[in-house]
Amino acid sequence: MGLTALEIYKHLPKKNCTECGVPTCLAFAMQLASLKVKLEACPYVTEQAKAALAASSAPPIRLVKIGTGPNEVGIGDEVVLFRHDKTFFHPTALAGMVLDTSPEADIAAGAAGLNSLRTERVGLMMKLDMIAVRAAAGDPARFAHAVSVVRSKSDLPLVLVSDSAAAMEAGLKVAGKDRPLIHAATAANWEAMTKLAKDNKCPLAITAPGLDALSDLAAKVKGAGVEDIVLDIGEMPMGKALETLTALRRLTIKKSNRAVGYPVLMLVKDDELAPMRAALGVMKYASAVILERVDPATLYPLMTLRQNIYTDPQKPIQVKAGIYEIGKPTDGSPLMFTTNFSLTFFTVQGDIEKSKSPAYLMVLDTEGLSVMTAFAAGKLTPEMVEKMLNESGIKARLGHRKLIIPGIVARMSGKLCELTSWEVVVGPRDSSGIPSFMKTWK
Amino acid sequence: MPIQFPAEKYTGRIAEITLGATKEEGGTRARKVTVGGQAALNFHGADGAYPNPPAVAMEIYDVAPELPEEVVRALGPVLDRPAAWARKCVEDWHADLVCLKLKGTNPEAENRSPEDAARTVEEVLKAVGVPLVVYGSGAEEKDTRVMQVVGELLKKENCAIGQAENEKYKSISVASMGFGQSLVAFSNLDINLAKQLNILLTDFGVKRERILMDPLLGGLGYGLDYSYSVIERIRLAALAGDTMLQNPILVDTSIAWNAREATIGELAAGGDAARRGPAWEATTGIASMVAGADLLVMRHPEAVKMVKGAIAELKGGA
Repeated sequence: MGLTALEIYKHLPKKNCTECGVPTCLAFAMQLASLKVKLEACPYVTEQAKAALAASSAPPIRLVKIGTGPNEVGIGDEVVLFRHDKTFFHPTALAGMVLDTSPEADIAAGAAGLNSLRTERVGLMMKLDMIAVRAAAGDPARFAHAVSVVRSKSDLPLVLVSDSAAAMEAGLKVAGKDRPLIHAATAANWEAMTKLAKDNKCPLAITAPGLDALSDLAAKVKGAGVEDIVLDIGEMPMGKALETLTALRRLTIKKSNRAVGYPVLMLVKDDELAPMRAALGVMKYASAVILERVDPATLYPLMTLRQNIYTDPQKPIQVKAGIYEIGKPTDGSPLMFTTNFSLTFFTVQGDIEKSKSPAYLMVLDTEGLSVMTAFAAGKLTPEMVEKMLNESGIKARLGHRKLIIPGIVARMSGKLCELTSWEVVVGPRDSSGIPSFMKTWK
Repeated sequence: MPIQFPAEKYTGRIAEITLGATKEEGGTRARKVTVGGQAALNFHGADGAYPNPPAVAMEIYDVAPELPEEVVRALGPVLDRPAAWARKCVEDWHADLVCLKLKGTNPEAENRSPEDAARTVEEVLKAVGVPLVVYGSGAEEKDTRVMQVVGELLKKENCAIGQAENEKYKSISVASMGFGQSLVAFSNLDINLAKQLNILLTDFGVKRERILMDPLLGGLGYGLDYSYSVIERIRLAALAGDTMLQNPILVDTSIAWNAREATIGELAAGGDAARRGPAWEATTGIASMVAGADLLVMRHPEAVKMVKGAIAELKGGA
């Protein structure tokens, strides 16, 4: 992949001037090798050295940005094949689609609908990232109008889908300043499409059957001056898609093949297996997935999968252990406990808020595991609960000695009662039962 | 120069396990199911041998379980009739196997006797021709007695029983060896625990090619991120040559239904709950398979349909 520190060092001025902020050129080379600094920090590096080092320090998969402003999405720039090797950095950008053949009112409603598909989950925003507008009418003016209707309803970055350069040009007249993704250049139209991408400074998706054709086309497009390229692997059965996506990721990461060092895009047709195809793309290396039809009922699980896959595996999302006040609890309010897995915490917190009864929530440090997993793994024990009751200072804040435990660990109630001599009340198995449970609490 | 497919060569190979015994073999199963045997990641036939795609079992219970409304609606009025439930799994929803969970034998629940459990097993065996996976209730002492009777009944059927766990594996291992059943070895979301349990079991005498590993599947949004990587790491270590991890992996996707987002009616940006729930389980399922699972125990017919559809297309390879 990248060069070693010593290989980089050969190209540096070896002045040890410290102007880059690092004591020696060798130290700078080491930091450069581990991507901690940028070559531009060196004021004396020669143009030759820059060229030599740029080629090898460029990321194996180019980072391509689509859109502008706060909704801009960056795709690509991945460095591993498996998330446990480091992490995946740029979550698959998901797009919904509208057609220019639809009546204007439907286009507007469709775009507004796609734009509204956003919600917060475990403290992170989940949303569609882009809206694709497809030219299906064969009329550039109609396409341009559809693009402007979509823009009036959403600030999301656009993907302009057409193989007609005339339609694309019309669409770009409307939205070209917003850096939409142009989709797509083919062997037949690449010269015109590349020119449009270059003139409008837009990223360009290209598509061709097979890796060789795709690689050749990428070279032509790059030669003509467009570097922000996205590879569309084209429509194929899931088995073939997995093989193609895997080949591309391995070629870039393991073989340093720069000719295909671009993010990959997958278009998912509207059929029964669409949710499975999209899920495969999210897990196996598609940097963008365009959904021909969006069903919120399957998009929500897909966005959740994306969140799971793109979470940094080294850092379980945790909240701080301790006593949390929800609402304004008094000494007569109930006390419940849960674990410090962020997701568990947010869920329980939300459900207590929903119940409208103030409560104390005691959060135990289970190293970021959920209640069930922590209990099964021995990382949530009655002893830990007892210790926390004693050491958290909660006793002084309560006028009672009752503890509500998650129903799913009802099995620990006996032991807990024995250890603490508190009254142990078994709560609902699922936190969604908290609101109705609270009505019965005295 | 044409681009060569950048194939990965692995030295390890996953043990191949066949479940089910036909009449010729002394059993009564109409069909057999083979999992494992690959020298590649799942669906990566371009890298190496990939003889058996994942198989799908559907779960049934000996006593009517409490299930989410949407699941009850989809399964129909069979929850208290295990044999009828099993038949629907196979005939209507095309399950490759049936996983019978003998929850009702739990002393703290219905406390059904080993003989009652055996009757249920017998009914299910008669109702369907697919191989079975049979689980006790998890209450160790009772499971020992249940598996004595149930194991005897399954003796010629070449099924799988479970679950063996770190602290409680001996009696179930004895039953699996004595009655010639494969064994499901359950560990808690950790590659080292999974390996340790396999070592314990093989030291105890269980044959390696009789062990299905269940490394605990976290449902979508609730631990799937952990499971995905644990399964992936187990499989990669196995393919790299770690013989103590070269077992087919079994996962239970019914856990996906514990997610509140899989069942609650009103969910911001969540669409129709009747479709969201099955998609939640199916997404959990495809993720587990892509990571390395070879045998899925599933719950909802629509989720099964989606996962089986995905398997059919994925196994096609090139």
